[in-house]
Order: sequence, then C-alpha cells, then structure tokens
Amino acid sequence: MKPPPFEYHAPRDLGEALDVLAGAGARGKVLAGGQSLIPIMNMRLASPEHLVDINRLHELDTVEETAGGVRVGALARHSRVERLRAHPLLGQALRLVAHPVIRNRGTVVGSLVHADPAAELPAVLAVLDGSVRLATAGGTRDVAARDFFTGPLESAVQAGELAVSAYFPNTRPRSGTAFREVARRHGDYALAGVCAVVTLDEDLRVERARVACIGVGAVPVVVDVPCERRPAATVGWDEAVRAVREATDPEGDIHASAAYRRHLVGVLAEQALKEAARAAV
Amino acid sequence: MQPYEVTLVVNGTARRVRVPARRLLSDCLRHDLGLTGTHVGCEHGVCGCCTVLLDGEPVRSCLTFAVTVDGREITTVEGLAGEDGMSPVQRAFAECHGLQCGFCTPGFLCTVTALLRDNPAPTDEEVLEGVSGNLCRCTGYQNIVKSVHRAAELIAEEG
Amino acid sequence: MTTRLFGEPVQRREDPRLLTGQGRYLDDLGQGAAAAAFVRSPHAHARIRDIDVSAALDVDGLIAIYTWEDLPARVGQPLPLLIPHPALTHGRTALPLAKDVVRHVGEPVVMVVATDRYLAEDACALIEVDYEQLKPVVGIEEAVQGAQLVHEDVPGNVGAHLVQEVPSTTGTSAREAIEGAPHTLAFRLDIERSASMPLEGRGVYARWDGTDLRVYSSTQTSTSVRMAIAAALNLPLPHVEVIAPDVGGGFGVKIVHPWAEEILVPWAAMLLGREIKWTEDRREHFISSAHERGQVQHVRVGFDDDGVIKGLDVTILHDHGAYTPYGIIVPIVTSTQLLGPYKIGAYRVEFTAVYTNTVQVTPYRGAGRPQAVFCMERTMDKIARHLGKDRTRVRAANFIGPDEFPYDQGMIFQDGRPLIYDSGNYPEMLRMVKELVGWDDFEPAPNRGIGVGCYVEGTGVGPYEGGHVQVTSDGRVHVSTGLTSQGQGHETVFAQIAATELGVPIERVSVVTGDTRRFGYAVGTFASRAAVMSGNAIALACRKVREKALRIAADALEANPDDLEIDDGLVHVAGAPAASIPLSTVAVLANPLRYAFDEEAAKATQFSGAASPDKPPVAEGEEPGLEGRDYYSPIRSTFAAGMHAAIVETDPLTAEIKVLRYAVVHDCGRLINPMIVEGQIHGGVAQGIGGALYERMVYDGHGQLLNASFMDFLMPYATEVPHVETAHLETPSPLNPLGIKGAGEAGVIPVSAVIAAAIEDAEGFAIDRMPISPSELFDLRTASRPAQGTAQGTAQEVSRRPEPPER
Repeated sequence: MKPPPFEYHAPRDLGEALDVLAGAGARGKVLAGGQSLIPIMNMRLASPEHLVDINRLHELDTVEETAGGVRVGALARHSRVERLRAHPLLGQALRLVAHPVIRNRGTVVGSLVHADPAAELPAVLAVLDGSVRLATAGGTRDVAARDFFTGPLESAVQAGELAVSAYFPNTRPRSGTAFREVARRHGDYALAGVCAVVTLDEDLRVERARVACIGVGAVPVVVDVPCERRPAATVGWDEAVRAVREATDPEGDIHASAAYRRHLVGVLAEQALKEAARAAV
Repeated sequence: MQPYEVTLVVNGTARRVRVPARRLLSDCLRHDLGLTGTHVGCEHGVCGCCTVLLDGEPVRSCLTFAVTVDGREITTVEGLAGEDGMSPVQRAFAECHGLQCGFCTPGFLCTVTALLRDNPAPTDEEVLEGVSGNLCRCTGYQNIVKSVHRAAELIAEEG
Repeated sequence: MTTRLFGEPVQRREDPRLLTGQGRYLDDLGQGAAAAAFVRSPHAHARIRDIDVSAALDVDGLIAIYTWEDLPARVGQPLPLLIPHPALTHGRTALPLAKDVVRHVGEPVVMVVATDRYLAEDACALIEVDYEQLKPVVGIEEAVQGAQLVHEDVPGNVGAHLVQEVPSTTGTSAREAIEGAPHTLAFRLDIERSASMPLEGRGVYARWDGTDLRVYSSTQTSTSVRMAIAAALNLPLPHVEVIAPDVGGGFGVKIVHPWAEEILVPWAAMLLGREIKWTEDRREHFISSAHERGQVQHVRVGFDDDGVIKGLDVTILHDHGAYTPYGIIVPIVTSTQLLGPYKIGAYRVEFTAVYTNTVQVTPYRGAGRPQAVFCMERTMDKIARHLGKDRTRVRAANFIGPDEFPYDQGMIFQDGRPLIYDSGNYPEMLRMVKELVGWDDFEPAPNRGIGVGCYVEGTGVGPYEGGHVQVTSDGRVHVSTGLTSQGQGHETVFAQIAATELGVPIERVSVVTGDTRRFGYAVGTFASRAAVMSGNAIALACRKVREKALRIAADALEANPDDLEIDDGLVHVAGAPAASIPLSTVAVLANPLRYAFDEEAAKATQFSGAASPDKPPVAEGEEPGLEGRDYYSPIRSTFAAGMHAAIVETDPLTAEIKVLRYAVVHDCGRLINPMIVEGQIHGGVAQGIGGALYERMVYDGHGQLLNASFMDFLMPYATEVPHVETAHLETPSPLNPLGIKGAGEAGVIPVSAVIAAAIEDAEGFAIDRMPISPSELFDLRTASRPAQGTAQGTAQEVSRRPEPPER
C-alpha cells in the first residue's frame, strides 16, 4: 500500500498555488491535511498526476471571527478550530470528526471539499446556509452550501480551483444547536447523524427549527422542520421527525440497513431538536 | 519525479535525507533514517501504530508525505526517553502491563505523551477519547487506560 | 526469597526494549534488502488465460518478475497439507503462485522483486493478467448446494465430512435419546467470519550466503517453517536457519505455514543472490491470509424437566474457504469442545467442511471453540427458557462433578487422543461468577439483560516442546526453547520458571524463543500451549542442571548433594550459608579446561588441582558444561475452564448495545504470572467483544470482500471494550510437573455466547446469529413485534417468553 508517483508542487503563496493549479487542471489535486486523500492514494484508488501541497500557504491558516460568522481558511486544522471555540455548532461537530490525532492534521475546508455524505462538517455548513470561497488565478466566487455539495464525494469545486475558505454564519439570537449521531465505533463515519438549530422568539417560543442530516442521502439533507410556536419545553417533535424521515432517502450498506437508518435519523432528529431547543432557552 | 532534499529535525537532531515526493513520513523515518520504532499497521490512518509527534502534536506518519513536513520537528518513540532512562509514560506502561506484542505501543506512547502534556490529570473519559484513535489487538486496552492514569501520577510526583 | 518467582506478578523483561523503539520486528530487519510484492487475483474464481508482464519491465529498480511457470518443480508444488485427517477426503492446498485457476480474491499470481516496495508496487500495477471469470461459490449454503464447484475434482464442494457419536452410558444413541426425552427443541445458529488480524502482518526476509540460508519470518513456528523451506528448496536442514524475531501479534494466522511467501522469498533470494524482504500490507492481510469462525449449526436437543440433557444432535456446516492447509482442526475443535463442562447423555455431532471462493479458514484464537460454546450455551439458555428455570441452574444440573475427574467424554480430541478432562471444579466457578457479576441481585429492567457462558478449553496439546538451559561461567542462565513468542511474555514467565527452579535472580536469566540456531526441535505456539509445553520442558531442563550443579558443588564442598540448596545463585549447605560456592564457579568446574581465558576459568584448568587424577576429566555418562536439555511430551491435553457473565443495556430507540459489566472467572491451574494471565484475558475478551458486536468479513455475491480495511472491518478501539472484572480459581493439572494449564485463548471463547444471552434477556427474543449490530437488533425488534405476526424461524419459540420467576 504505497502511493503511486506524482509530480509534486509546493507553492509558497496563494498566487503560485493558483498558477500551478491552473496549469495542472483536471490532472491536479490539492493536498491539505491529507487525512482522506492519502489513504486512497496509498490504496492506489487515486493517482493524481500533480499534487499541489498547500501546507506552506500560511496565509490560509486562518480563523476569522466576524460580526456575522466565522471564516475558516483552507489550512486551518480541525483541532485548532475546535480549540478556538469560534462557533458553537462547529465545535459540537468537530468533536465527532474521527479521532483527535486525525483532527490534528485534517482541515475543515478539506473535509467540506471531500464531501463525504456521512461527514459532519458538510451538514454544519448546510444547516447554517454557509458558503465556500473558491479561487482561481482570475478571481474568487462564493458557493452556497446548497449548491456546493453535488453528490457523494462530489463538490462544486472545478478543476483549477482552490477552496480557500469556508464561511459559517452565526446563528441568530436565542438559538440553540446540537449534533447527534450514531457511529459503529467511536470516531467512525456516522450511520446517521443530525445537526439541529432551534431559534426562539422574544417570548421564548420556538420560532424556527432546522436540521441537516448525514448518512441518509447523497448530500447533507436539510429540512426546515414544522414546529408549533410554543415554549421549547412543551413542543412535541413528532411531526418534525416524520418530516425528516420523509425527506431522507438512506441506502443500506454493510453497516446498517436503509430501514434502520431511516428510523435512526428520526430518533436522532428528535434528540437533536430537543437538545437544541433546551440550549436556546 | 526528482528526489527531494528534505531536512527533518528528528528527536532533536537535524537529519537530511533525499526522498521521492511520495515517500510517506513513516517509511522515511523507518527506512531512510533507520528509526524503526515507528510501526506501520495499516497505511490508511486507522490503526495509529505510526503515530509520531509533529511539532509536538500527534499525527499519523503514514498519512503524511515526508516532503510536506520539510523543516519540521518530529519526535518518535526513540526520542521519548530522557537521559536518565524511560519517560514516565514508558515506565507506566511497563508497570501496568500496558503492552503485549508491543507493535501498537509506540503509537500509544506518542499519543499519550501529548495527551498528558495538554491534560495532566485526565478523567477516564478523557483518556478513552485521547487514545480512541489507536488500535491494540492484544491488551484489551484496560491496562493501557490504567497506564495512562499511572503515567499522570508519575509525572505529577516527579514534577 | 527473591528467586521464588513462580506465581508472582513480575514485570515483563521484554518491555524496556519494546517501549523504547528497540524491538526488532520483521520489517525492522534487512534495511536495504530488495522488496517483494505480489500481483493478486482481483477475482474470486477465474481461469488465467495470459499474463503479460511487458509493461512492467521498464519500471525503474525492477529486479525480477516470476510467475508459476518460472518456479522449479519442488517450489511450484501445492503447499503442504499440514494436518491430514482420514475424514479430510478432499484436502486441497494452494500453489505458491496460481497456475491455471484462482480461487479467491487475493490469491498470489505474480511475484515482483524490485529495489523498494514503492517500485515493486508500480511494477505490479503494470502487469496485465487476462482472466476468464468463472462463477464463484460464496457462502456456506451456496457451497452445500454444490451447483458450482470451487475445485473441479471436489464433488459437492465437500472437503471433509465427519460424524462422531457418543451413546449414553446405557447405549442409547443421541437421536434415540432425543426422541425419548420429555422435551425437545430444534433450532439453527449462525456465526460469521472474523480474523486474527494482528497489527503486524506477516512478513519474510531471506538472505543466502552461498552455503547457508537464513530466513526471518513473522511466524508462530520457526522450526516447522525451517523444515518446510529445506524440503521445498532441497537444502540440507543444517544449512537453513529460521528466526522469528519480535512478532507483532499472531492469534493463529501465523501458525499456518509455509505461506507461499515463506517459500518464494527464500527461493528468489537464493536465485538472485541478494537479500529479499516481503512485508505484508494490510490489504494483503485481509484478502490473502486467513479468516475463521464462519459456521451454520443445526441443533436438536432432548432434555428432562430439570433441564438435564438426554441427547444432543448437532450438525455443523463449516466454511473452509478455498483451501485446507491446516486440515480440519477448526471443525474438530468445535465438535469436541462443544461439550464444555457438561456431561451430555448422548451426543452426536456431524460436520461438513465445504469449500468456497473466499480466503482460506484456519485457526484464529479460540479455534472453533467460540462457535462450539455459542452452540452449547445458546442450547442451555433455550432449555432454561423453555422450562422457565434459572439459566445457571440448568447449567449446574448438567455439570461434571468435581469428584468425577479424570472425566472421559468418549471422543477423540484435536491431538488425536481421547478427550479426557484432567481436573476442574465447575460448580465452584459458577458460584464465583454469579457472585462476581451479582447474578442473584440483578434487577430486571427494560432493555437490560444479563447472560452467562461456560467453557472448557483443551490447552497444551502435544506432541512436545523442549527447553535448553545453560549456566555460563559468569553465572548467567541462558534459556532457549523452540516455540515462538507474539507478545505473551514468554521471556518473563520462562525466566520466572528458570529462576525459581535454579535459585538464581531473574536478572541473570535470559530467554530466547523461536530461533532455530538456539533450539531446533519444536512444534509452535498455538492452542494455549506455550506455558504448559515449554514451561514444563524448561522446568525439567532446569532440574537436570540443578542436579548436576549440586553434584559438582557437593564434590567441591565435600558435602552430600542432598544437603545442598541454591539461593540467589549460591550453592550452599542447608543451614550453613558459609559453606557455599557460586553457581558461576560450579559452571567453571563443570567444564574441564586446558586453556584459561580469564581468572575464573583458571580454576578448571588441568594443573589447578580441582579434578581427581584418577578419573577422566569428563566422567562417563557426563558432558562438559553446566547445561541441560529436556522435553515435555504430555500424554494428552490439559483442560482449562472458565465462566463469563455480562450485563448489557440496549438503547430502546437507537438499538445501540452497551456492555455495562463483564465478569470473568478463569481456571488455568497454577498461575505463573497473574499479571500476564490477566492481560491475556483482557485481550481475549476484547477480541470476543469484537466478534460479538463489531467484526465480520462481508463478501458480496461475486466473492469480493467488501470491508477489507480497518475503516470497515470494525476492530474495537478502547472506546468499545468494557472493563473486565476477573477472578481466578486454581485447579492444578495433574498431568504436568508445574500443574499449569493454558490461558492464551480463554478470554475470547464464550464472549459471543454471553453477549447473545444478555441481549436476549434484555430484548425478550432469541439471538441466534452473531455478531449483532444495532441495525440487526433493530431488524429483529421489527420482526418480533407481535402486531406484525411474522415471527421468523426460532422466534416462535421465544415470542411467548414466560414471565420467569427465576432468571
């Protein structure tokens, strides 16, 4: 299990990186944390001709807190973002990403670009209506989460583009968040998972509730769930659970049947919504 | 595919080595630098045998290209012992029978060394979370968890 | 006293090396050796039409490419069938490289040697093998149908078929006894495949100097690998040495030998005149080493109102994978060890071992016992449920009594010898495990359940092991034995035995295992046999050395040998410590010298006056030197036993399964080192938890292993393994001088049975298939919902779960 040979590029700044990527086109691949890419290279399931290592682009090792949210640069590793506690839901999700040692190396933006349908961070971006900033030598564009995840392991990143940052908007005032998932082993990709944001009105009644579900579709499944405008503790989430189960289309695999995943996503949605509602108060 | 000249500061000593870009850090340490204490158990980042400290943080050396970490500091199991012998973590593993075949052990030792540096008195849950990315097929982990607590005690006692 | 170390939790002597990165595992050796890699079949069943290596020839650093055509006749033969058995009528083994047909994904087809492994893999990727795909046979039931054949010349895919019958004491057959019993039950059980999965894969490193071949292998048996290599390469045995260096776990898979690579790598090293190393990677280990466990069992049992079994009839379908290099040991062990601590009125067991187009099946820690215990313990639980009785009471009603040993089960065990239990105390163990887990105080609650499982494990099988002990003139004691170590702490426990027997400080004792240069006769490490076999052999060798030392010391001290003792390396007259001589000096005197190489040696030279001029310097029947060699060859196996109990909680919503308590009572006779025995149990239980709740080998209909990685083959992490509480009972074995029994496999054996029982208790429906995942538990819940009225299979028997007055 040794990776195949490749042409290695180690740009020193963003401009150089974008030039190299432009030149490499579809034959190029970006190496950030490498925690997903290198395993598949070691298995020779991926053989990029050009590997563009962005680990020297310290200008991308950023976590910027703005009034509206948090912008995470392409070289910011999970563990650093987790430690900064920059965003509550992002923090809740990061604790569920693989294991601490993997989080020391893996990057938040890399995880988004990898677009695993069972990964946590895409769901966070989706439930928050966040976006990913893609750059080429010619300029940048921001792609909203709903347009970014295009299929299992597929994102809107085009050949020659570099995802330079991701933007996670803050939740509105009086919001609570939660992330619930069930994985076979601690740290494994989830069989199903739900992250929830519940927002209360000024009278502390539930105004809005939204979930993003993982492991139950090709991309994170976002559902604005129906909810009664009542004090959080008294809300029944049955209808929300039904809506979630209807909106998701899980597949069975060697770890869990489709029926179980559909059941599970409802259970987790209820738990996550309740927890988020409690946190909002 | 020219080889690259890479300098790694391994266990405090700068080492220069010429490697192809695809050389995994694990192979570079083991076969180019002869530091075979770092083991390779899966080469896809799950087992944790190859864990080393990169600028003090535990990482998978099988999921890192040597060229990527040019100029960085690396600590391997060979660098954990001090001048007066084994480190408290190493001694605790011996005392608590925290190893059997020893193959996964270097990865645990590096992981635990960093864990206790950041959290000198971890709870059971924090220990489990801390070593949760390392597989052991021999010990059943019970004595590994015990070793981590014992190491914390030794570090505290010895200041 | 410092030298009485038998039974003490002595810290391990191998640890300082392993903790500082100074271990020497296979891939740590031979830096700079050429690397081998293999092109392996991507198909489960296919005919090889053509192999085109031309594209690979340009790879930088390529040294050689070999296909079966390149192999000389002796090397190209099928690998040996290691354990022939009359019932194995159609034993089949693989060729080192496939010739015409490949029979499982992962079978080696082409061997590549290059200057490093990266380049060797590059070359492998460029070799084109043209296959004609054949329909694969996957799964036990498909194999049994026999519509498609794995081996053209094996009808019905049946490699072996064996029926063993033990009638009751009155001569009634099992089937008659079942017919005549007041109650009968019939059911089916399934166990899926898992694997040893040591964290170090296999590996071979060979060097040839023109006369002698030295091979390092990550093996559980270096002596037997040596003989296999000598035979295949037509080399005189004294010119072949095989060394098992530090081995990163074995658990059974490394007792199989010679692996194709163990023949091919040395062969190529000789041919090319250069050092070659092959280090198995994880993917190779998944698809081309070995798996175990997969069985389907059909059970019929007849019993009386007390739950006493009158007759038991078990039919086992055993999946053997594509080849049978290790014979039918696994189903034989299942068939015989199924009886556990019980006396079954009449027993009939029939197994059919079938071929499938999957990785071969050979022993994995437990070696057929986990399946056996799953069968027997599920049977006990079903009987208890049927009768509304406490499950432990039904077991107790069937136990062999403490006064009934030796107890003859009337069968032939895996060593070809009668299945006679040597000693044990099962009622006491049951009492202990109930107390440890709190069986009688367990409060039933929704989604909480308790389970228990009992087993007897034949350990320390023969034919023999040997030990060599040498005291050198510096007072050091050098112990060697031929079997190998994979983390069991042999360097420590054998040193404890030697230190205790010889009365020397353990610091002066060193132990070498698995090195044919030091000890050439051995069988290997498997079947929980190392401590029993080599431990006793080393003790016997030490006793020879001790006797000689006392004799020589008696001469020197002008005392009677019977009055002498050895303490702390000093031979002295009992009660008179002043009259003493160090063991080092005894070693000097034991070897009459002409030349003095140091001051101490001068004492043994010919003008020193030490020896009587009237006798030959080496007396008749004596040998120079203070050393001894002895062998231990038992009449038959010794039988360890254990009982485990667990409390589990199942999540009513997510169906996640959590083990809250896990208790083990274990009897392996006298304990040499309780710390090490505990460690063995912890590790075994963790593997058992893996087998019960996480690990399975999943093949699709095409024979592709769908989870050939640690991502998807779910070996438990620390976060998945429960805390294990242990207690020990010590019933010495009367069969060997040290009174010990084996402990290596104990922890893993009953875990699936125990966890199944506890989940069943928590859920109220039968758990007849292991492992079980949350998804499967959810499916079982769905199926058992009375409203749907679609109870399947055995569910009808348990859906009317009685309100048990007892547990």
